[in-house]
Amino acid sequence: MSSDGVAVEVVDHHDVKPIRKTAMWVFLGSESMFFGSMITTFLLYRNTVADGPGSEIFNIPFTSASSFILLMSSLTMVLAHNAFEHSDARATRIWLGATALLGTTFLAGQIFEFTEFVHEGLTLSTSSFGSAFYMLTGFHGAHVAIGVMMLMAMFFLSLDGRLYDKRGLNVELVALYWHFVDIVWIVIFTVIYLLQV
Amino acid sequence: MAIASDVDLVPGSGNKGIWSWITTVDHKRIGILYAVSAFVAFFVAGFEALLIRWQLATPNGTLLSADAYNQLFTMHGLTMLLIVVMPIGAAFMNYFIPLMIGARDVAFPRANAFSFWLFLMASLFLLSSFVLGGAPDGGWFGYAPLSTQLKEVVRMDYYAVGAQLLGVASIMSSANFIATIFTMRAPGMTLMRMPVFVWMSVVVTFLLIFSLPIFGVGLFQMFFDRNFDTQFFGGGGDPVLWQHLFWLFGHPEVYVLILPAMGIVSEILPVFSRKPLFGYPFVVFSGIAIGFMGFGVWAHHMFTSGLGPVAEAGFGMATMVIAVPTGVKIFNWIGTMWAGKVIFSVPMLFSIGFISMFVIGGLSGVTHAVVPSDYQQHDSYFVVAHFHYVLFGGGIFGYVAGVYYWFPKWTGRMLDRKLGLWHFWTMLIGFNLTFTPMHMLGLNGMARRTYRYDASTGWGFENMLATIGAFIIAASFLIFLWNLIKSRKHGSVAGNDPWDARTLEWSIPSPPPVHNFDEIPVVSQVDDFWHRKYATDEEGRAVRMDEVTGGALTVDKETGGDDHGGEHDDFHMPSPSYYPFVSAFGLVTMGYGFVYLPVGWVVVAFGGLITMWGLFGWSLEPVTKEPDHV
Repeated sequence: MSSDGVAVEVVDHHDVKPIRKTAMWVFLGSESMFFGSMITTFLLYRNTVADGPGSEIFNIPFTSASSFILLMSSLTMVLAHNAFEHSDARATRIWLGATALLGTTFLAGQIFEFTEFVHEGLTLSTSSFGSAFYMLTGFHGAHVAIGVMMLMAMFFLSLDGRLYDKRGLNVELVALYWHFVDIVWIVIFTVIYLLQV
Repeated sequence: MAIASDVDLVPGSGNKGIWSWITTVDHKRIGILYAVSAFVAFFVAGFEALLIRWQLATPNGTLLSADAYNQLFTMHGLTMLLIVVMPIGAAFMNYFIPLMIGARDVAFPRANAFSFWLFLMASLFLLSSFVLGGAPDGGWFGYAPLSTQLKEVVRMDYYAVGAQLLGVASIMSSANFIATIFTMRAPGMTLMRMPVFVWMSVVVTFLLIFSLPIFGVGLFQMFFDRNFDTQFFGGGGDPVLWQHLFWLFGHPEVYVLILPAMGIVSEILPVFSRKPLFGYPFVVFSGIAIGFMGFGVWAHHMFTSGLGPVAEAGFGMATMVIAVPTGVKIFNWIGTMWAGKVIFSVPMLFSIGFISMFVIGGLSGVTHAVVPSDYQQHDSYFVVAHFHYVLFGGGIFGYVAGVYYWFPKWTGRMLDRKLGLWHFWTMLIGFNLTFTPMHMLGLNGMARRTYRYDASTGWGFENMLATIGAFIIAASFLIFLWNLIKSRKHGSVAGNDPWDARTLEWSIPSPPPVHNFDEIPVVSQVDDFWHRKYATDEEGRAVRMDEVTGGALTVDKETGGDDHGGEHDDFHMPSPSYYPFVSAFGLVTMGYGFVYLPVGWVVVAFGGLITMWGLFGWSLEPVTKEPDHV
């Protein structure tokens, strides 16, 4: 209805779903350039450690474990999406909660790791290596945190029975975002922790 | 459903007042907001330019100090690129993409409003720096380490934060346009039937989507270097990293500025040549080619930074290659006019001006691809002359052509032809008088960004010519302003289709009703509207069909009409919302906080709360309120 109360014909005769999905894909395309630039910066400064510590302070087993947790959250996300597609609100809620929990665990691991590194003398301003490391992993952590918030929003919408609103976010869009953040972490983990020359 | 007949046909005329503009989610009104903001900013940027030219008119100018000069040339660039030309492109895209593809609005109307308000407030944020501790003074390119030194002065913080906010606005509106174009086209409007302007918008939005985040990372690094003592560009870091990140954005950016103008001209030339666009697929694909290659030539801005011969040769060749699709377009435009019945209307004159000036700028640009030659021209006035020929002679001429062409659609009235001719000739003469002498100044060794020069250099005469030219340009735009003001009230009434044009926006009333199309058109070919008006006789000439008189588009009742309305008839036009405004206001408040760290953390927190309020309200309000709530 228009504001003066006169009927106006449909705004939009298209299915709403592909519109939102298209926008999310485009946004993720933009995000890949964002992370790509920071990964490039890190590769440039990989060995620019000045007098501070370098990659020898990494605890590979620990970070491998937290990476595994993050990757498992993609599995629970797939299960949540599957339950969502089958209109199983209860299972959707369980798997959304599980995904958020795994994401939070990963974030806790990152906070622990950052604290350790600061104690060993690597800060944002120690060296170009430190700057690039904290910027890349920090922005990734921020993306995980936003993802957890989106998961929680979905969780509470499911309690309300509003999971299937035909607008805004839905489980499928959150899943796209979440998998993207996980895939980026695979690249980051490889570049920062495994690729030590 | 009751439609058009009882709806007020002038968008918003039923709900006037500032509040209706603040809460609007109508793509047409947002387009007008972009246009008006950009036009006002154009006068600001022009004033900055006049101060610069006044200073340089004679040797040893005394109007400006070196410090003021630095701020002015930096802000002239930033204002022109980010606050004038990008939003004027966004204005045309907002207004005409939905109309040209037969849609009722963009994909996300409130996100569209948010993009505009964030753009406007971030622009005011940047301009407010003049009175809040000084404007950015490190050039629009903000090279490190100049930009990361002097941490106690906030100027380059305004740059880092302001450009970041403008980037967020652009990314959002680009995603919005891409979703609109790829999912909301009218039935039958295949990609290769879209108007060229829509195609160029596709290229522009993808360029922005992929280039702005790179700039964003660079800006974050600059901001961190300045405020958190990181070492991205200083200390053990490499300042050339900034140049790479910046120009990876900066070069696609110049195509962002020029491609919408190319799209506009590609719409205007066929209408006034009475012929279809010559080689439509070539124009489209050369635009796409420019988009792809635009990401492979950035380092030609950096030849003097010591990249080494291999990289320089590679980027030099890439730069020559990118001239090819541009040249293809030029020939297509000439081919369109060739043997056509050319009507020299004002938009047509500006379009021809665009082509001629752009060719000059393109030719001087290719000389920069030759690396040894570029070493000589680098940072000289030759470069200033070159990019003004492309961006002003190209871009601004194209956009002004667009204003003359589409003003009747916006307002329902024609712009005055006589004043338009005055505008065109004064602008053409003033423009060439300003920027032609700069070629010679540059080749004679006058460096960019110097705030004065000695009389013994012998540069006084050319500089005086350029200054006179700049004031003639200013006069031409005063004529334009007068024309706009006068014609809006007293111009002759335009009707739906004053130019006998080819694209869908001319099939509906001027100005268009809120819902754009009473019935969504069904499209069967390129320039569909034209073919509804004209048939072809045995000799291949266009013959106007008697039953159609240039009025409303007649929808074929068998194929068009209701069948695609389907079960979604309960969708309504989205209701106005003030949450996009609130969210944008919160973000820019945070921006002010970030400039004045560490005290600013309080402001950041405050702005964050406002943003949260805006976003929560936005998420929780229904898109379309029921009538009794409105």
